[in-house]
Amino acid sequence: MKVTLIDYGAGNVASVERALQRLGAASQRCNSPAGIAIAEALLLPGVGHYAALMRALDERALRTPLLDAIHRGVPFLGICLGLQALYESSEEAPELTGLHLLPGSVRSLPATVKLPHMGWNQLKLTRPSRLLEGVSADAYFYFAHSFAATAANGEAVALCSHGTDFAAVIEKENIFGVQFHPEKSGDAGAQLLRNFLRLAT
Amino acid sequence: MSLAHRIIPCLDTDGARVVKGVNFVGLRDAGDPVALAARYNAEGADELVVLDIAASRDRRPTFLETIRRVAAELAIPLTSGGGIRSLDDARSVIRAGADKVTVNTAAVERPELISDLSREFGAQAVVLAIDAKRAGDHWDVMVRGGRDSANRDALVWAQQGVELGAGEILLTSVDRDGTQLGFDTPLTAAISRAVTVPVIASGGAKLPEHFAEIFAEGAADAALAASIFHDSVQSIRELKLYLSARNIEVRLPC
Repeated sequence: MKVTLIDYGAGNVASVERALQRLGAASQRCNSPAGIAIAEALLLPGVGHYAALMRALDERALRTPLLDAIHRGVPFLGICLGLQALYESSEEAPELTGLHLLPGSVRSLPATVKLPHMGWNQLKLTRPSRLLEGVSADAYFYFAHSFAATAANGEAVALCSHGTDFAAVIEKENIFGVQFHPEKSGDAGAQLLRNFLRLAT
Repeated sequence: MSLAHRIIPCLDTDGARVVKGVNFVGLRDAGDPVALAARYNAEGADELVVLDIAASRDRRPTFLETIRRVAAELAIPLTSGGGIRSLDDARSVIRAGADKVTVNTAAVERPELISDLSREFGAQAVVLAIDAKRAGDHWDVMVRGGRDSANRDALVWAQQGVELGAGEILLTSVDRDGTQLGFDTPLTAAISRAVTVPVIASGGAKLPEHFAEIFAEGAADAALAASIFHDSVQSIRELKLYLSARNIEVRLPC
């Protein structure tokens, strides 16, 4: 099994690639509809602005093949913006439409706390999680974001809190998403990626 | 459960080798940033900062190769700085594996560099480095390695930087840097309370007490040090255990 990394130009593709390499997993970068159509497992890394991601998906005509693959049951993991893309829309670029695979929208974290939410934080498990199997309940993960799925966290198996609760890990059938960066989260992040690889095989 | 205070080792390099305050213990190649990065990654560092303090044009390819090799060792975030004067400079270190870039003198000279970087890479990737020095009732911004005054109030500059799109402030006290007398608590507290983004305190650290003070009283979100970690004066693991025992939230190493 080979993981297809959707490369829309985000800064963290190489980090994710290196993290997978360390786990001995094969991966390939892809930015074409044809590549996504034949993917066995999909990973959407993302960091930066929501608009850059959604625009890149549409400019490269990746939205439809991506949705088709996910509906076909291809395992999908979205990281950071890759998770946010799963919702209907985001306050960061309200004029754009998300992938709409999950209900609700992405909102700004409250201005009562320092933003971006930057650094290592812990999770609150709300349901048994496949991605977090073997990860200690008090493990820390690395976050770097100002927007999050705050109200719309029905699919969340784990929440995090920074000013308000938000979805940190989502799991819905073959759809997985994490708001933090497992590729930058030390051993805990490596275990999570290992779990995704196992689920995708 | 809340956001952990970060401990960040910093490697000052001449492009290829770590150059400041180095008296390495237990490393085969003492001045090698890659070996140090691997050690800090294993010891529980929360991030790593690698600076090109020479930042000369002809050494740049060597520095980028250093960033590539350091990034390959890390499962934690990497920040790179020194010599970032344009979008292209930032793009090249980010492509080489950095997650964030720091800008200092170039941003003072041309503040729109901050907004350009923020638009391109997101605020979370833009760290405004401020070297501040006490000047009567305020702190002055210093440039060109802390040598010249920019005749600008550090607090006002920090707020402007955030408005322009910086996602973090790396605040170095020129008065405390290299003294090992402890971080500059009044400076850090003043800046940290004046901005809406995380602040990394830098300059003057030696003892675990210094770190406890800068988190508790200085309102720092993260603390950076160089030589005390390189020289094994202070182990990151023991520092974190010390802080944790004093109810300061840190990510404990396994």
